[in-house]
Amino acid sequence: MVGMEIAGNTPRLTAREAGLVACRSCARVWTPDHARCGRCGARLQSRDPGSLQRVWAWWIAGLTCYVPANLYPMLITDTLLHESANTIVGGAVEIASHGSYGIAAIILIASVLIPVGKFLAIAFLAITARHGSRVDPGKRQHLYEIVEFIGRWSMIDVFVVAILSALVQLSSVASIHPGSAALTFALSVIFTMLSAQSFDSRLIWDDVRARRIAARHRKDVSA
Amino acid sequence: MTHVHTGTTALGRPLEDLIACPSCDALYVARVPETGGRAVCDRCHTVLIAPKRRAGLRIIALTLAVLILVIAAVFFPFLEIHRLGLGNRASLIDTATAFSSGPMALLGLGTLAMIVVLPLIRMLLILYVLTPVVFDRAPWPQARRLFRWSQQLKPWAMAEIFAIGCAVALVKVSDLAQIGFGPAFWMFSVLVVIVLFNDNYLCTWSVWKSLETPRD
Ligand SMILES: [Zn+2]
Ligand SMILES: [Zn+2]
Repeated sequence: MVGMEIAGNTPRLTAREAGLVACRSCARVWTPDHARCGRCGARLQSRDPGSLQRVWAWWIAGLTCYVPANLYPMLITDTLLHESANTIVGGAVEIASHGSYGIAAIILIASVLIPVGKFLAIAFLAITARHGSRVDPGKRQHLYEIVEFIGRWSMIDVFVVAILSALVQLSSVASIHPGSAALTFALSVIFTMLSAQSFDSRLIWDDVRARRIAARHRKDVSA
Repeated sequence: MTHVHTGTTALGRPLEDLIACPSCDALYVARVPETGGRAVCDRCHTVLIAPKRRAGLRIIALTLAVLILVIAAVFFPFLEIHRLGLGNRASLIDTATAFSSGPMALLGLGTLAMIVVLPLIRMLLILYVLTPVVFDRAPWPQARRLFRWSQQLKPWAMAEIFAIGCAVALVKVSDLAQIGFGPAFWMFSVLVVIVLFNDNYLCTWSVWKSLETPRD
């Protein structure tokens, strides 16, 4: 790993403090009179002012879809003996009752723990970006990266439903159909991904600097 | 050759020598590390530059392999199931069309997009952008916009998640019926490994630098 040479003589400078606008798509910097990046064409914004509103809008949409996703069946199984409709948690419980604790745990982690954790993490990041936090920005950045990385993996549940519904079609012996929760769960995952993508992670770091400057200012005033 | 908007900053450096961390906005003078090394933001540890040896050729080879595998995987059966003398096979297309009634059809389209169409488009875009660069030609038209799109598509191309989903599905029905793997399952498994390797080779900053030819 090679550290980067810091631009300018000050301890650390952001593009914004240097009077520049950075492209988040290709990392090139421009003077503020540019509306679009001349290299990749992305729209330039020093800080995205609508970022937090969009985060919350998608967040609410995601949560709204997540509730019915847990109340309605994800999978409907018809066998010779009976028909059963399983919700996400119900399905995991049934698998555990057959002795596959590992798989039950994976399902619970992927479709309950991770989605709920994501909602909490995004809310925490959005609130602290606005109001400041004592939590180290490095840690919050790390949390954001985890949310971004892990978010898409929640789609695994929807794919499993699709695979089972396509495969298990043995006329009257056994057949599996998708339940309505498959749709609301997929929408919830997509909306949560959009919520996380709307977040401008530079806000995590700005906040720190603003408060440090404010603190220095207070010290100067009291001295 | 004319430079468009390349004023020097208060820092006394031309703008094209600078790089700003996309995660935290820290500003640096771009310095390319030795091949195989990584330049990281020392504030938030985002990897900024990570050139790999002969990355372009490798990416093109791997991307071509993925293209062939995805197209083949669409046409071969994926999984097979047997119970009480009855059997069924499912291909990738069957999987996506499993959601067929009413609003569920939307989900079918989405699934097809995420496991086949978007990964395919992304591969084609990367080939289009990198091929001329690797052979030292001028970038093809719209290369920069298309490369940006290929990067934006990345989170929505979910082939590898689908492959893990197959493994979970198998365990779920193992007590219901006997399961067999079709040829496409093995193709898809190889594909997943290649996709992961491929993204590891791709240093986006190096690609952007090579696309940054002065406009005449
Ligand atoms: Zn750009
Ligand atoms: Zn950074």
